[in-house]
Amino acid sequence: MAAPVGVHLEFGGGAELLFNGVKEHQVTLPSQSDPWDMKQLLVWIRRNLLKERPELFVQGDTVRPGILVLINDADWELMGELEYQLEDQDNIVFISTLHGG
Amino acid sequence: MDQDVGSLKAQLKEKEKEVAALRARLAQMEKSRASVPELHSDVAPLTPLTAKAALSNEDIMRYSRQLLLPELGVQGQLNLSGTSVLVVGCGGLGCPLAQYLAAAGIGRLGLLDYDEVELSNLHRQVLHGEENQGQAKALSASRAVRRLNSTVDCVPYHLQLSPENALELIQQYPPEANLPCRRLGHLDFPDPMYDIVADCSDNVPTRYLVNDACVLSGKPLVSASALRMEGQLTVYNYGGGPCYRCLYPTPPPPETVTNCSDGGVLGVVPGIMGCFQALEVLKIASGRGCAAARVAPGDMADNSPGGLFSAFDLNQAPPASCGQQLLMFDGQDARFRSIRLRPKQPGCAACGEKPSVTGLIDYEAFCGSAATDKCQKLNLLSKDQRITAQDYKSILDNTEPHILLDVRPRVEVDICHLPFSLNIPLSSLEERKSEHLRLLQGRISQLKQEMAAERRPAVYVICKQGNDSQKAVQVLEKLSGSEVDAITVKDVCGGLMAWAKNIDPTFPQY
Repeated sequence: MAAPVGVHLEFGGGAELLFNGVKEHQVTLPSQSDPWDMKQLLVWIRRNLLKERPELFVQGDTVRPGILVLINDADWELMGELEYQLEDQDNIVFISTLHGG
Repeated sequence: MDQDVGSLKAQLKEKEKEVAALRARLAQMEKSRASVPELHSDVAPLTPLTAKAALSNEDIMRYSRQLLLPELGVQGQLNLSGTSVLVVGCGGLGCPLAQYLAAAGIGRLGLLDYDEVELSNLHRQVLHGEENQGQAKALSASRAVRRLNSTVDCVPYHLQLSPENALELIQQYPPEANLPCRRLGHLDFPDPMYDIVADCSDNVPTRYLVNDACVLSGKPLVSASALRMEGQLTVYNYGGGPCYRCLYPTPPPPETVTNCSDGGVLGVVPGIMGCFQALEVLKIASGRGCAAARVAPGDMADNSPGGLFSAFDLNQAPPASCGQQLLMFDGQDARFRSIRLRPKQPGCAACGEKPSVTGLIDYEAFCGSAATDKCQKLNLLSKDQRITAQDYKSILDNTEPHILLDVRPRVEVDICHLPFSLNIPLSSLEERKSEHLRLLQGRISQLKQEMAAERRPAVYVICKQGNDSQKAVQVLEKLSGSEVDAITVKDVCGGLMAWAKNIDPTFPQY
């Protein structure tokens, strides 16, 4: 059994509006047999934090186009994307891309 | 005697005619001088821009405070004078960007915008003034820039960047030609029209268009965006870094994209991001970005033509500090954050090993949205589910019992509202917030007491422009007869802005 994992979640660029306008969330992911990965985190967020209109945040098993995911201040593409295994105290940021000017 | 008087009068008349003609010529010349630079409404070839060989005494005085920086120096300043930058969009980002580039002594500025100056632009688009309302933004911006630095060659384009004109505008030679490596003082190739492109646009299709045009023509793209209190900046297609499509291979669903006219923006936020764009452009243009500062002093002596600072060889370019990096600014928390991005993606459709984007495409179709930040009109309802502002005026005039439901967010209701309206934001209806449904039910019950029992109470839904009101009608039709009593629900086509335009001109528009 893996121990519970505490992660810091941040939403920005307007993505926070799907979470009652709250930008920062400190959450604890319960202990489970396998280690937590990003794919499972997205499912957890959808079930526990996202109240309305999930299609504006997730599409299939990943984030919708136009949302950039950062793991500890690096593009998640550099970290293994959905397969990245979360560690205690990780900082995960979901940024909606801006287009205005 | 009489003859002399007559002759003098005739001579005087002649002279007066001459003076009037001179005055008219002078006025004409002053007018044409004031209207320089000439506004371009299509893509015309420009004369090649050559870097200055040396700085004049006036240049030295003017740029002295930046010449003192080892990060720029005389060579960097000369490089700036030979660099042309295309600014796509003369709005909240483009204005401060153009201003700082001109002040710093950039050689040429292409200022492109299809739009005209409006009063609601002035809080953030700081090159335009009250007297410029109705003028082409490109012209207004370039006049302001010329006032600041008359040595900058300003080329205003009053046109929409499109797949048809983008490549011709950015480059003068076919894309398959070798990328010219800028040689200081002389050129081995014809001068490209623009060396660097700055994306200051306000919509998704234009951002993909600018990216693909930059990849196809081999130009660095300094891209920024802003909304509400936040901004983002990245340098694409430079120093071997990723392009916009490496990061965002698929455009976002149109319904997830918010523009400044819907979401709002604090003027200083694009101001900050536009200034940051200017900084990144200046580092690339001077050829003396962060890498130059790391070069050993001995190497700095290498000033042979095309030697150290071949700024536009994209593969050997010194990394701009925001290449392969995303700079994010949150104005609410006054926080900057710099994110390490993925490298150039081998599978990228535009800049990858086997690119599928080999020419410009229809970006409005690709993105499913229009290349503008103007509000798009939705058509979700049938004709009998909608009334016009004029119809609503008649309902008021006939004192027909009804509820006027304003579904805008509170912050917009505070700007203006009709005094007899009930405010329940669309989001509350969508979430079926119980306190709001109770409020609505209360008003329905009250209305029922005032009217004949067999008739269904009428609810007219209004918002700013008639888009959210249609969504609200769809929600209310589901609620009708279940969560609230059965109602007849319609929306006011064109919303409060149609009311202001057609019925009550004293009602504010925003």
